Parts: sequence; C-alpha cells; structure tokens
Amino acid sequence: MKQFLVFIKKEFAHVLRDRRTLLILFGLPVVQILVFGFALTNEVKNSRIVICDYANDESSQALIRKIEASEYFDAEKITLSYSDIEKSFKAGKIKAAVIFPVNFDNDLQHLHKAQIQIISDASDPNTGNTINNYLSTIITDYQRQMIENANIPLRVTTEIRMLYNPQLKAAHNFVPGVMALVLMLVCVMMTSISIVREKEMGTMEVLLVSPYRPILVILSKAVPYLLLSLVNVATILLLSVFVLELPIVGSVWLLFLESILFIITSLSLGLLISTRAKTQQEAMLISMMGMLLPTLIFSGFMFPVENFPLPLQLISNIVPARWYYIIVKTVMVKGLGFSAIWKETLILTGITFFLLVVSLRNFKKRLE
Amino acid sequence: MAEQVIKVERLTKRFGDFTAVDEISFEVNKGEIFGFLGANGAGKTTAMRMLCGLSIPTSGAASVVGFDVYEQTEDIKKNIGYMSQRFSLYEDLTVIENIKFYAGIYGLTKKQIKQKSEELIDRLGLHSETKKLVGALPLGWKQKLAFSVALVHEPKIIFLDEPTGGVDPVTRRQFWEMIYEVSAKGVTVFVTTHYMDEAEYCNRVSIMVDGRIEALDAPRKLKEKFNVSSMDDVFYLLARGAKKAAI
Amino acid sequence: MRTIRFLLQKEFRQILRNKTILAVVVMVPIVQLIILPLAADYEVKNVSLCIVDNDHSTYSQKLIAKITASGYFKLVDFPESYRDGLKLIESDKADVILSIPSNFERNLIRDDTQELFVSVNAINGVKANLGGAYVLGIIREFNSVIRTEWIQAPRFSNIPVIDIAITNWYNPYMNYKIFMVPGILAVLVTMMGGYVSALNIVKEKELGTIEQMNVSPIRKHHFILGKLIPFWILGMIVLTIGLTVGFLIYGIVPEGKIGLIYLFAAVYLVSVLGLGFLVSTYSETQQQAMFLSFFFIMIFIMLSGLFTSIDSMPQWTKVITWFNPVTYFIQVMRMIVLKGSGFMDILPHLLKVAGIGLVLNIWAIRNYKKTS
Repeated sequence: MKQFLVFIKKEFAHVLRDRRTLLILFGLPVVQILVFGFALTNEVKNSRIVICDYANDESSQALIRKIEASEYFDAEKITLSYSDIEKSFKAGKIKAAVIFPVNFDNDLQHLHKAQIQIISDASDPNTGNTINNYLSTIITDYQRQMIENANIPLRVTTEIRMLYNPQLKAAHNFVPGVMALVLMLVCVMMTSISIVREKEMGTMEVLLVSPYRPILVILSKAVPYLLLSLVNVATILLLSVFVLELPIVGSVWLLFLESILFIITSLSLGLLISTRAKTQQEAMLISMMGMLLPTLIFSGFMFPVENFPLPLQLISNIVPARWYYIIVKTVMVKGLGFSAIWKETLILTGITFFLLVVSLRNFKKRLE
Repeated sequence: MAEQVIKVERLTKRFGDFTAVDEISFEVNKGEIFGFLGANGAGKTTAMRMLCGLSIPTSGAASVVGFDVYEQTEDIKKNIGYMSQRFSLYEDLTVIENIKFYAGIYGLTKKQIKQKSEELIDRLGLHSETKKLVGALPLGWKQKLAFSVALVHEPKIIFLDEPTGGVDPVTRRQFWEMIYEVSAKGVTVFVTTHYMDEAEYCNRVSIMVDGRIEALDAPRKLKEKFNVSSMDDVFYLLARGAKKAAI
Repeated sequence: MRTIRFLLQKEFRQILRNKTILAVVVMVPIVQLIILPLAADYEVKNVSLCIVDNDHSTYSQKLIAKITASGYFKLVDFPESYRDGLKLIESDKADVILSIPSNFERNLIRDDTQELFVSVNAINGVKANLGGAYVLGIIREFNSVIRTEWIQAPRFSNIPVIDIAITNWYNPYMNYKIFMVPGILAVLVTMMGGYVSALNIVKEKELGTIEQMNVSPIRKHHFILGKLIPFWILGMIVLTIGLTVGFLIYGIVPEGKIGLIYLFAAVYLVSVLGLGFLVSTYSETQQQAMFLSFFFIMIFIMLSGLFTSIDSMPQWTKVITWFNPVTYFIQVMRMIVLKGSGFMDILPHLLKVAGIGLVLNIWAIRNYKKTS
C-alpha cells in the first residue's frame, strides 16, 4: 500500500510539473466549455443581407423596417443589380438579398397579390435555409397583421412549448458533449501516452523488474488520471452551472457515478492503445484518429445520429461516448433518475468489461 | 612553445544565481589530447558547449582556433567537430546516407564527399553495412561511426563529450586508437570523460570541481604532485571536497 | 543552396521511410473525407413525432394525414395522454408531441378558434426550432385548407397575399456534403501542417541530433527552410488527395480556378507551418509539442466556422477569429469551390493569412536559437 502511494505521487508529479500538460488537462476543458457555451451556436444571427427596394412605397418600407428590426439580420438597404449581388456573394460579403419589385404596394392593394424575391447564398445550406425561414416568417407575420382586422373564421392557433431548454440555448446540447470529449481526451490520450513514454524511456522495464506487481503498475497509472478526470468533471459542471447558467436538474451523485464508469471505460481504452503502440507518436495518432474524432462525430452531440447512413449508425453503437452523452443529457438536463438510463449504463458497463479483459490480456502477453 | 588553439581566461557561465562554470582559465596546444575531467554536474559539459559556440558565456574571454566565443560562434563551428554523449546520427538513415548528409551540410564538394565516405567506410570496415539503417548497428559501431562523421570535414579541433559512455572495453580501446590516430595528424582532441583509465591516455588533463579547475597537468605529474598511484586517487582526493559531489 | 538540398534529401528519406506518417498522410484524408461529410449532416429530417389525439374527429384525422404526408416527420406513436407522450420524449423515442384537444372540431366550428398544443424536446436547440417551424407550417396549411372547404373561396380572394419566391444560389439542392467537404479538407491540411512539423522538429531535439546541427556552420534559415519545405509539400499532397477524393466520391468540381486553391494553400501552409515551428521552439519533448499544438489547433478549428456561423458569434470570439488562419482557409475553400470566386475576391483573405504567416515565422525564427 505504501509502495502504491509512492507510485501515485510520482505519477502526479509527472503531470503537475509540466505547464504544457496542465494546459491540456485543465485549460482545454475550460476553454472548450466557454467557447462552446458562448461562441458556438447553431443559431444564425447578425447575417449580413441587402435589401433592394425597387418599389420604395409604403408597404415595402413597412416590411423593410420589420426586417431591419430583427436581430437575425444586419440589413443594408441598397439597390444592387443581379451581377452586383453575385459579386457580393462571391466576395463573401452578404448571405442573402431581398428584392421588392416596382409597384409592390400597388400590386398588393389592387391585385391582392405581390411578390418578393429572396436570393440566398446556399453554399452554406444551414445558414441559407435558416435565413430563408426567418425572412419568410417575418413576411408572413406582416401579412397576418394586415389581415388581422378582417376577422377570419376557423382560426387554429398553436401554442409551442420548448421542453427542457425554453431559450433554445446551445449549452444544453454541448455541455454533455464536451464532458464526453474531455474525459476521452484526458483518459485515453494521456494514459496511453504516459505508459508508452515509460516504455520508450525504458523506465517501464525498471518498474516491471521491481517486486511490485504488474497489475499494480497499471492501477497506479490509472488512479491519478481517474482523480484528475473527476476534478475535470467538477470543473465543467461548476462552469456550466455558474457561468453558462445551465442547472443540473437531476442527481449530482448519479452524474458522478456514471462519470466514473465512463472514466474507467476510457482508461481501459488508453491501456489497450498503450499495449499496442510502440512510440508516443503512434500512441497519439491512434488516440487522435481512432478515439477523438469518432467521439466528436459519433457521439451525436455535433451531428444528429439519426441522420447518419445506416452503417455509420451501427458503428456509433460501439462508441462509448455516445452512451455517456445520452446518460449525461438525461440526468443533467432532463433530470431523470437511474430507471431512465439503466440500459445505457448496462451497455457502457459491457463495453468497459470487454475493453478491460482484452487490454489486460494484451498486457500480460507482453510481459511473458 | 607550441601553437595554442584554445585560449580560455576567467570564463564564467551563470544560470540565474547558479554558477555552473566559475572563472576557469587554461590553454590547449595544437595536436594535444586534452582531457576534461570532473564529476557529474561539475560544469564540464557547460564549459565545452561554450567553446563549441552552443552557449554564450556570462563573462570572461575565450578563443577557439583564433575565433572569439562571443562574436564569432559561426566561424568556430566551421572549424570544429563535435560528438555528444547523446548519440547524434539519424537512426532512420543508412550509414552512407548519414555520412553524405553531414558531409553535405559542412559544404564539402561532391567529389570530396565521395572520396571521404569511401575512405571512412574503408577505415571502419563497414563495407557490408553501408546500406543498413544506423539504428540497426551495435552501439560500439555507432559511436565509432559518429566519431568519424564528426571528422568528415577535417576540423582543426574535435570536441568529444563522454564519447565512450556505455560501450564495451574492447570498443573503448579501439576508440582511443582512433583518437591517437587523428591526434597524430595534428588534430587537437578535447575530450570529457569520467573513466579514469582514459584520463591516463591524455597528454594533459584538467579536473573540474564545482565549476572550477582544481588541477591541470600531465597525468604523471598530477600523480607525483598528490603522491598517489593512479588518476583515480587524484580524482577522488580533489572531488571529495566538492559541495555538490555526485560520486 | 547546396546545404538546403542535403537537408531536403535527408528529410524526405526519413519521411518516406516512416510508414506511420505515410499512412497518416494518405489514409487519413481519404477516410475522413468519406466518413465525415456523411455524418456531418445538419439537415433536420426524420423528426420523431407522437400525437395525442383527444378528439378522434374528421379534422384531427385530416391534420394527422397532412403531417404524415409532409415527409418531415416520423410518426412514432399515438399515446393515450400527454403524460404518456412526455415519457416518449424522456426516453428519446419522440422529439415532438402534438396534442389535439377533445372537441377540437366541434369547438373550432362553434367558436371559430381553437388551440393546438405542441411540445418540443429542445435540448438540441436547432432541431427544436426547425421541428417546431415545420409543425407550425403544416398546421397553417391545414388551417387554410379547412377554411376554404368551409367557406366559399371567392369571399377571401381580396385578402392580400405576398408570394415569396426563394432562389438558392450555388447549392440549389441544399446539399450539405458539398459544403462540408471543402471545410473538412481545410482542417485536414491544417492538422498535417501544424502537428507533424512540430513533432518532427521536437523529435530531433529529444534525440539530440539537433545539437549536431547547431554545432555545425549550417545557417539558421537553411535549417528552417529544410524543415518547412518537406512539410509544405506534404500539405500540398494532402490537399491534392483530398480534392481528388472529393471529386471521385462526391463529384465535387470546384466552380473557380483550381490554381487559386493551390495559390492560397501555398501561402496558408507557410503560416500553419510557422505555427508548428513556433510550438516546437517552446517544447522540449514530443509530448509537450503534441499537447501544445493540440490545444491551439483545437481552438482554431472550433472557432473556424467549420460547423457554425461566425456571424452568430459574440464580439469577443469574432475578434479571435480575425487572427485565426483556419477561418480564412475554410472561407476561401468554400468560396472557390462553391461560388467560383476569383482572385480579387480572395485577395483580402490572402493578404491577412500572409500577414499572420509572416508574424508566426518571424516569431519562431527569433525564438529558435542555435546558440543559447
């Protein structure tokens, strides 16, 4: 037991002595939470658009005021020809152009039908689509106001309630994702590199010839990272509660227990990589390409899993981060208890067990 | 009086408030084998790095082959060879590729490179190994190869930083034969070591303790002076007084 | 010049001999470009919907039929009560609950107005927003259909109607892949330049071979050029492989001149390599170099506008993106590939990236010392 403590102390010393390691360990989670929380929204805001008002009459001006008032747009009123619009698109200056034809008001009042043209830069489909939707909504609203007084029969109104996230904040989605990402990063990359580093420097041999049992060597590598990861979980949760104002609705203890499970999963993955990789460079490449990117892609926090083609959906089932992400979302945002996540927990436990057995067997084989 | 190729006067290097090299002064003659002894951390490597132009001194004066260690580091580099305690050839290049590469960056002509590399391989008897990766060679051979490569541009002085660390006694012997060979050709050899039997092979040795040179003379004279039978004892007598001794 | 030739020869030999690096250079772009665009699909489709129909009338049936026919929704269940519907949302089986109140049809005809309730799982804000908008659109349409059925159409023809004609330029089918491929390619080129170059230089430090360089009369800028040029070429190779994959798999042919892409990439790589080089001067071990470059490249990529629009960011992150070369590269790639932008369009970006490159490289060269 005393040996064990000595070993763990040494491991902490390695990690805490180097500022660059600390930067990754504690700097990255903080930066990620802040960036994801504040900077990355899937919302489309402040899009630069131009409004070409050929009509310049009462109706067009009223509608333009409405568009200008919207926080979604940074609108400029200027009359551009098609070729000018094209030029602005190509230089990346504007995202859309709204064109009011001559006689807009006249057509609307007398023919009861007028047309507005929206040209959007759809090279970015997401933004293009959203801008089209926003503009259409503003125009339809205006139209509805016009006919408000003309008492229409059979009006079906709709009340929409946004559950869990009434302000549609991006943080609800990202915080659980960042937790999965950071734990994966710390546990898989850090452990595999640190074990392989000892291999490369030959200090692993020294440890293995000592009377210390090999399984303890592994354990004492794992414990510091487990503790550091828990610190990270706590940091992320504190940041999200106090800075992003995203409360933890469910049980904090359950969240921590599930996090420990996921940390163990990641640690066994790191161990598995370290038994395979010969150099630090290899270990890093495998962790990066094999773990981080799949976590980013397949966990479902960046891209909706249900949009994947079937083979990719199947692959996503074996990505541990996917299950952890669901668990965190369910406990933290939806506030549900264990009964809602027992299935995910079971799957995660299964994956962990499998990884542990394989990596320990590999480790033993290397010793023989 | 022989020509002096290294002149050092009150040379000092401080890192913060730690003085690694403390006002050392000495001269090295042309063609001499100069042993630079000291315990680990006594300041040998730091002193040597200053003479090679890798590190700028804090104070004092020194010149190497007539060039100043403050201003003319790049001129010094043209005229010296250097082999460090860390193995310095590329393990993922072959023997011949390493030779040609180092010859190339020292600006040898194509003809010279060809001639030099043939000569070198002949001397080392590495004919069958030229296309092997250096990483696959035994350590002793690597060291001999590194030594030869450090001489490929015919430097006036060669600096060797613990060149025989970790090699077997036979190879060490062969290594010293190579050192004598180049010294006979007029190349000055500046070598750090902590093998005391190797110190006996040097023309003159200096012994550094805590950043200062405590003794400097031919091994025979040092033994007489301290009235002991071996260099080992000389070294022990001097180093025992060190504050931060690591022996 | 001769010195550089020897350095380059050595560098290429080492790179070609290292199977891991080669595999990374060739395989990673191919695999990533095949998988990522397939997964990075933001289009909201297949929204799972459950309907609590308390009315069971002709109108409610009509509304349900309309929703099913729209193609946006996957009708998963008809729970008995709103409570049951909520359970479906909790277990992620449904995204949206539409509840139709009892006597919906009767009250609508009697009172002329009725309210429907829609609840959306809003954890994913975008999906919620769009899902909600789709439902609203369908209900609106349903409303006008029953209205025309109920009342004679002509009476309402004097209601002014604004017809919105939407034209989507450059990507009329709103194909997400065409948008993602150039961006992902830009990121791959960045990772190549930023990581591998930093690691390579630090590896020489760890092995001690850099000492042998420092003690030789080799000029500082020769050494740096000898390191930069091979990785510059590797970056260009990655770009070429990526463009080829984009063409073969997704049929993407750049609208603009390919030469312009290469011109920009040429300048861009110099600045990314400068970053890698700078990182290497601040690191002693490969591990440190990996962590440092990982940290910066991760932030650069997150703030690059690859996934989310820069316009929507708060001011302070916008300021950061001005100094982020990755942003410019992604923008330029998309501009040239999708819109066919010309030299004058990308000139401002080119100048900024060149400026960043200049600063990074000068900083790195100053920080790299042959003599300490």
